[in-house]
Amino acid sequence: MTDHPRVQDFATDFDHTDPQWVADPYPIWDHLRRECPVAHTDRYGGAWLPVRHDDVAEVAYDTEHFTSRTVVVSELRPGDDDLPAPIGVAPPITSDPPFHAMARRLLLPAFSPKPIAAFEPFTRALCKELLDATAGKDVIDAAVEYAQDIPLRVIVRMLGFPQADADVFRRFIRLILEDVDASAEQRQAQINEGELDAYLEARINEHLAEPQDDLTTFLLEAELDGNKLLPEHVEGTMVLLMVAGIDTTWSAIGASLWHLAQNPNDRKRLATEPELMDTAVEEFLRAYAPVTMARLVAKDFDFHGCPMKEGDWLLLPFPAANRDPEAFPDADQVKLDRVENRHAAFGLGIHRCLGSNLARMELRVALEEWMNRYPDFELADPAAVTWSAGQVRGPRNIPVRIL
Amino acid sequence: MIRVHVDPEKCQGHNRCYAIAPELFDVDDFGQAHERHDGIVPAGLEDKARRAVANCPEYAISLSISE
Repeated sequence: MTDHPRVQDFATDFDHTDPQWVADPYPIWDHLRRECPVAHTDRYGGAWLPVRHDDVAEVAYDTEHFTSRTVVVSELRPGDDDLPAPIGVAPPITSDPPFHAMARRLLLPAFSPKPIAAFEPFTRALCKELLDATAGKDVIDAAVEYAQDIPLRVIVRMLGFPQADADVFRRFIRLILEDVDASAEQRQAQINEGELDAYLEARINEHLAEPQDDLTTFLLEAELDGNKLLPEHVEGTMVLLMVAGIDTTWSAIGASLWHLAQNPNDRKRLATEPELMDTAVEEFLRAYAPVTMARLVAKDFDFHGCPMKEGDWLLLPFPAANRDPEAFPDADQVKLDRVENRHAAFGLGIHRCLGSNLARMELRVALEEWMNRYPDFELADPAAVTWSAGQVRGPRNIPVRIL
Repeated sequence: MIRVHVDPEKCQGHNRCYAIAPELFDVDDFGQAHERHDGIVPAGLEDKARRAVANCPEYAISLSISE
């Protein structure tokens, strides 16, 4: 890890791995929204940060001036060895038009509402099993013992990988997403080790030898323009599902439980008015949206007075857009019955989260099963709650006392 | 008469309308939404229609009222 100097001024020198941002980014965004509103930093080789809903939406819709070739800001800029746009390393999230639409269309049927509903019984049984394992305990870590295992094991199941590999997956995710303030050299060394590639290749070979009714076989048999996908496309998409489908949803489940642990009224309402669950899930997604995306500036241009240069990073904080009082009345209040909620937790435009139907199902089922088992609980030790650094924000430890 | 309409150019498949009002909207295999029954909103479902409009992140759904 490099030791980034602490941020003094987020308008001119922001860093999304700064301890102040990691602990509580909302006041930072509120301040920038009023005073700035597009922040800049020279860190990471130069990056921009819009925080108003309209600005975030404008960038999300603008695929001409912004490329998705890399969507995680780090010290390591895309180099000559990386696949060029439009495919990118993890299609379709790292793809630009027109390739993007083809790569995405290929995956959409597997993630539309109807096929996702088929995974609900597995998810519900998994939640019950995890809760069973906590029986008799006074204090439970709702992140470690519950939230994190749900999306992890659902994705492992969708890909048709052994459930026993859940731990391997957990380590890969940490490497890709959470160590972003590692130096460029450290990061490259980690990637070069090739462990992840070797793991995926082994699973692919198993599926080639013996096709299964799962997403891995689906990808291996899929065709674009009459051709099977390139091996790097299949592997890249698997990496995408691991990275995008696991600690994101784990963060959303964790943040929702963290909120409920501190708000007895909301807890009581959700326990006694289960019909509130649908709006509650959307409100948790709005208020605690985990995912901040990123873009690279594709060509020099002026964005609302900001001289953006080709190759600059742009951090795209959907969680900040969701807290913009111009777009959401009482944006800082969690209202479980908020009926008008056009939140952007899953992004906007052509890169709308492919797995949003899956994530919503997992979050709803996880909350329903938790509330069934433990309708009353509180934070056991607020100081022990830790938050992930990087572009996926969620609580990594949530010790709760069962009441 | 109240009618709803999904703009297929704006819809990105968030599927909020389908979740809120499956009586009024359906989704295809790619998760793209479209209105059912020519968008005609039967009596009693006006509130669901308005909620579907108010929860589309892409502003893809419109509601029209005619005689």
